[in-house]
Amino acid sequence: MDYRIEVEDLNVYFDELHILKDVSLKIRKNMVTALIGPSGCGKSTFIRTLNRMNDLIDTFRMDGTVLLDRENIYDPKVDVVELRKRVGMVFQKPNPFPKSVFDNVAYGLKVHGETDKDVLNEKVEESLKAAALWDEVKEKLDKSAMGLSGGQQQRLCIARTIAVEPEVILMDEPCSALDPISTTKIEDLIHRLKKDYTIIIVTHNMQQATRVSKHTAFFLHGEIIESGPTDRIFIEPCDKRTEDYITGRFG
Amino acid sequence: MYRILSPKISQKIMKSIFWVSGLITIFILLIIIGYILLKGLPVINLEFIFAEPIDSGRAGGIFPMIISTAYVTLIALLVATPLGVGAAVYLAEYAGEGRLVAAIRFGAETLSSIPSIIFGLFGLAFFVIYLDMGWSVLSGGLTLALMALPTILAASEVSIESVNKSYSEGSLALGATKWQTVYQVVVPAAMPGITTGVILGMGRAIAEAAAILYTVGAALAIPISFMDPARPLPLHLYILATEGISLDNAYGTAAVLVIIILVITVVTNTLVDRYTKKMMGR
Repeated sequence: MDYRIEVEDLNVYFDELHILKDVSLKIRKNMVTALIGPSGCGKSTFIRTLNRMNDLIDTFRMDGTVLLDRENIYDPKVDVVELRKRVGMVFQKPNPFPKSVFDNVAYGLKVHGETDKDVLNEKVEESLKAAALWDEVKEKLDKSAMGLSGGQQQRLCIARTIAVEPEVILMDEPCSALDPISTTKIEDLIHRLKKDYTIIIVTHNMQQATRVSKHTAFFLHGEIIESGPTDRIFIEPCDKRTEDYITGRFG
Repeated sequence: MYRILSPKISQKIMKSIFWVSGLITIFILLIIIGYILLKGLPVINLEFIFAEPIDSGRAGGIFPMIISTAYVTLIALLVATPLGVGAAVYLAEYAGEGRLVAAIRFGAETLSSIPSIIFGLFGLAFFVIYLDMGWSVLSGGLTLALMALPTILAASEVSIESVNKSYSEGSLALGATKWQTVYQVVVPAAMPGITTGVILGMGRAIAEAAAILYTVGAALAIPISFMDPARPLPLHLYILATEGISLDNAYGTAAVLVIIILVITVVTNTLVDRYTKKMMGR
């Protein structure tokens, strides 16, 4: 089996707080994996470990291994900047920069050294098309991204992420701040993107997990209780706690 | 429960107190500006603005003083802006919490509460005498830079700190370095606040007489090189009034100074407004 990411015995601490406990999870290439579980169970901390965003927090400590294409991303030799280019992230609240639509998408390319105007134009258009946003914004590329609707902003953030051609896209509850129509658009987009990207999505919405993902992992109190094919998890969960959660008995 | 006043009435009373405070503030401002303009405007004409002073300023104009003001203020801002904004970026983005940071912050706060005449004395001892710059535009400008520095630093720091943290997260997550994030996302987003800080600092520098009293000289001629002595508007005003040369021309000078400050404030506010609107898509 072809795995993009292999996490083994991952423990994460913030100060004395033990957030993730012996978490192991293998994530397959070009597939959508959903992470579900109640608030505070460590899902977000987990995906932030995969692009080393937790490094920004002073009190962060971890042990265990996280492999991306068989390479340990916490190896001292690893360039975090290069890693984050390979592992993109879409946040819970759309966070476009207060710049023009064009500059938002071109930003990642520019910080990685692309200066050729034609290349930038081409890549920006390509990424906006891939994020199903081109038709809505092609007339206002030079207008501020802050003027777009929430759903458009989130698709812009996805366009911005895919512009730097990552292998993995992490999505931290990408629809929780959006209305149902925008949510549908993002989900359609996820379906179209999965053939080219490995996607890991954190969601609180059970239906969303079943709609978009092939694999699901259930987190509870910093541990993975159960993981496997989404169909199986939702139809016949092995663990009583998984069943309680997906049937809405807690969480 | 027993109350002296009903909530509705106490609400009304407090509201009127705040309203009156606001009104009085505006009144004071209008009275001062109005008085200066009333006394000063009759003196102002093209000759007053574009001619050199005659007989120590009893007659003629104030052209060299306008040039002097522009000159010293420009030097002050050229020095204080990069220093102040640089220190603010360091404090807000890199420093974290530590002794050095506390020391820089304490230093900046103390600096902003030192009386301007002390800056003048320091400028005399350090720039004019020790560094041998003499009474010059440069000595005066550098002294004013020291005065404007804490203002620019404080406003810039607040403005950089209040930039939405999600912007830098988004930038770092794309693989941008810390410096790229600061330079290309955080600072542009903080630009309106930084500009306001620079304008506040400029306001301190442009209107200052005491700090340049011992540093810039009092020459009546137009300064050409930055080693020339000069006489900026506030100093000219001070000399005209205290030496009883011409009170009318003192008011005229004051009016010109007030108008320059008003114009700069209005123009920058408009530009900042336009920039913010463009940036935020409103």
